[in-house]
Amino acid sequence: METHVDVKAKVEGKKWFYNDIVKKHFFNPKNFLKDEAAAKEYGKTASGVGQVGSPACGDMMKMWIKVDKKGNKIKECKWQTFGCASAIGSTSMLSVMVTEKGGMKIEDALKIKPQDIANRLKGLPQRKFHCSVLGDKALREAINNYFRKSGKEDRVVVQGAKIIDKILKITDKDIEEAVLEGAKTLEDVQKKTKVGIKDKSCIPEVEQLIRFYIEKYFG
Amino acid sequence: MDKKSTYFDNAATTPVDKEVVKAMLPYFNQIYGNPGSMHSEGLKGKQALDSSRETISKILNCEPEEIIFTGSGTESINMAIKGIAHHQNKKLGKGNHIITQKTEHPAVLETCEFLEKEGYEVTYLDVDRYGLISLDELEKAIKSETILVSIMYANNEIGTIQPIKEISEICKKNKVLFHTDACQASEYLNLDVKNLGVDLMSLNASKVYGPKGIGLLFLRKGVTLTPLIHGGGQERRLRSGTENIPLIVGFAKALEIASKDKGLECERLTKLSNKLIDGILKTIPKAFLNGHPTKRLPNNVNISILDIEGEAALLYLDKEGICASTGSACTSKTLDPSHVILALGLPYEAAHGSMRFTLGKNTTKEGIEKLINLFPKIVKRLRDLSPVNLKAEDFKEYLSEDNKKISGVNK
Ligand SMILES: Cc1ncc(COP(=O)(O)O)c(C=O)c1O
Repeated sequence: METHVDVKAKVEGKKWFYNDIVKKHFFNPKNFLKDEAAAKEYGKTASGVGQVGSPACGDMMKMWIKVDKKGNKIKECKWQTFGCASAIGSTSMLSVMVTEKGGMKIEDALKIKPQDIANRLKGLPQRKFHCSVLGDKALREAINNYFRKSGKEDRVVVQGAKIIDKILKITDKDIEEAVLEGAKTLEDVQKKTKVGIKDKSCIPEVEQLIRFYIEKYFG
Repeated sequence: MDKKSTYFDNAATTPVDKEVVKAMLPYFNQIYGNPGSMHSEGLKGKQALDSSRETISKILNCEPEEIIFTGSGTESINMAIKGIAHHQNKKLGKGNHIITQKTEHPAVLETCEFLEKEGYEVTYLDVDRYGLISLDELEKAIKSETILVSIMYANNEIGTIQPIKEISEICKKNKVLFHTDACQASEYLNLDVKNLGVDLMSLNASKVYGPKGIGLLFLRKGVTLTPLIHGGGQERRLRSGTENIPLIVGFAKALEIASKDKGLECERLTKLSNKLIDGILKTIPKAFLNGHPTKRLPNNVNISILDIEGEAALLYLDKEGICASTGSACTSKTLDPSHVILALGLPYEAAHGSMRFTLGKNTTKEGIEKLINLFPKIVKRLRDLSPVNLKAEDFKEYLSEDNKKISGVNK
């Protein structure tokens, strides 16, 4: 391990915002995928993957999980993050939390809140807290992705979004994302999300949402 | 290596020059009289005040009475903009329109926004890709209600130097007062107010190796403003409060040193900053210079690095003893990325990955070499961690020829 020079000592007398635990996870992060090739390779065998944020908003995170055969526990959690020290440090800590002690139960992992990660980090500077809110979202996305890939749609958990397709649990956020990725018609969106294929009753609402998001982003 | 040689944040503030400290020290507890007192101790204070004002007036090529000492650059700017607005509009019954531009320091922008709430109208001129305003647009923006134009001399983030003389000519022609925020210019550029043609100019000491907490406003004779601070009537009744003699003495000394060393230091720093720009753009793919290629402060290097976030890079540099700054949202109190980088028309991605290195007196060739050597490694480390991989092609209009080559952009 490389020797650590304390940030605090370098900025003479002035306390840096971050405590030692955050700094440790930032300078020596755990469980990250070390470049694009590694991410690609890992993606082939991952049980689920989730991505949140964007480079334009300053934070973006991608998280991969491997779940045990029974579908109970998270055995591995890998990630890549574009963001500040707080974002990188909290993703690293989250990946430790869900994989330590033989792995966390999926139900418990779904309950993790940003505050839980911040607590394990022994606190984040107040105005950096918002940078740590993506980790748990990326994890939930990865878990939902795993549920979908393994035919467990009934277990998909949705938060902070409205469910449009009641069978496949597809939300307005999923439709928004499909539009942002270039989908312009119901067929385009269905190719990406399968929305309305089983739950046909939602199609008028989906069409309305597509028009709304196209107007919002490209109008 | 002296740690000051890897302090690349001189635009934030400079260390106080040893000579300046020496000049200030006696005025804390040996010569401490209040310049307003009618006894010999007071007189000594008054002499120090007068001679400091005299020294500075020679550098600005103005009358000593045209200088008003304040508590900071921010205060000078507030005094200039609010003071002129209130006097012109409320006292003289003139218009309520002010013109400024989008890359100003918050001291100007927030003051203007405050005045907007009071009912003033403010035009914020756009800048081009290099951070320059358009003189045509300025002239078009002036109307009969316009009472003040406030355009900065040099920008604190990207170092772009505005055409102050040309702006002042336009203002004169249209009989509008002109204020310039010269806080970043004082160390490197000409401060001759007659030559520049400005009516008001704000300066501070903390960017010229002087102490913090002292500024001045040049107020051309015949121009009147409503003071911000009322009281004992110091500074021609325009800025009350017992004069801060040690800081004023230090400010004068600092400006004196700066005016002597200007030419040579500009030349030295231009060489070093070009070396740094070159070193970065030739070794780090998908990186480009922000600001103007030539109309920039000799000590400013502002570079956007795609796919990384500035604060993370800043901390890795700090760990190696290198101080810099970033336009990333993550270090700003408002959580918005740099308004300056965005005003250049650059996308948010480029603002989050913008890094500012501002050189200074203590910068050495070795310090620059250390940075050039370390920085690409830090960028690589963060890029490896990052799931973002923007297409160099999409940014090719910003990339230099050298950088296009290493970024894999085909012509
Ligand atoms: C261009 C510019 N204007 C104004 C200021 C404000 O100066 P001060 O910190 O002395 O109030 C600064 C420095 O932060 C600056 O760089």
